[in-house]
Amino acid sequence: MLRKLFPHPYLTLLLVITWILLVNQLKLGSLIFALILGTIIPLITAPYWPDRPILRNPRAIVGYILIVLYDIVKSNFIVAGIVLFKPNSQLKTTWITIPIDLRTPEAITVLAGTITMTPGTLTADMSGDGKSLLIHCLHAPDPDAVRDEIKARYEARLMRIFE
Amino acid sequence: MELIAETIISLLLVAAGVFGLVGSFGLLKLPDTMTRLHAPTKATSLGVGGVLIASMLYFWIFQGKLSWHELLITMFLFLTAPITANLIAKAHMHRYSKQIKLPDTGTDSGWATFEDETTEVHPVMTRTRAAPAPTKADH
Repeated sequence: MLRKLFPHPYLTLLLVITWILLVNQLKLGSLIFALILGTIIPLITAPYWPDRPILRNPRAIVGYILIVLYDIVKSNFIVAGIVLFKPNSQLKTTWITIPIDLRTPEAITVLAGTITMTPGTLTADMSGDGKSLLIHCLHAPDPDAVRDEIKARYEARLMRIFE
Repeated sequence: MELIAETIISLLLVAAGVFGLVGSFGLLKLPDTMTRLHAPTKATSLGVGGVLIASMLYFWIFQGKLSWHELLITMFLFLTAPITANLIAKAHMHRYSKQIKLPDTGTDSGWATFEDETTEVHPVMTRTRAAPAPTKADH
């Protein structure tokens, strides 16, 4: 019963928080409306998202977000440096393939998004069976190092959160 | 105290402006579509982020109220930027599919965008059902 009413409890929670941030005040009226939205929207979208993602370790999300934010700031400086000071002829752009061990679609989506937001890498595609990602590197003298870093830094952590 | 706050906010705004400029310059300078994608997805995220932090600080210190809209903007930005980049990259891969040399997937199937329309692309979407073969009844 409860599971039918709230097919995605995390989505409900996220929608409630989003709505309260959006109206920028914590009043009873907006909280009730947030709860209404948080109930209806997951119900309507449930057919497109049949499985409930399992968060095995929700507390690790905070650490992950902090690491990604730090990497985004770092990657801004790196990319700015490349744009400003490296001649185009010295750029070593490459495509690399990263085999992924993550199996849930939510985890793969988060990994792909993270890769796009962080140093000089961009997710372009996934293989048809969902077992590897296609990454474009802006400047990668050593493609293997990039792959190992992504696997160790992000995928291992996501593995702990999701699977 | 006010002077310090004003200095911090101004510094943040100037830094954000510089990063925005670098991102736009990257669009001009980098050689092709794929490399150009890197500049706006990254260099500008700190540009926008700086403005948002400055705005939060300003409203907090000088207006006395905490504004949460900036957090939302950041969240939406981080959600949409990778998706936009991904779609542009895929469009580019299709348009120049003959020139671009893509690496091997390392698995049995090819890259998802180039798979045959009739091929079942597995987003490994299902844990509960055994095979992710959507029938008409699912839609």
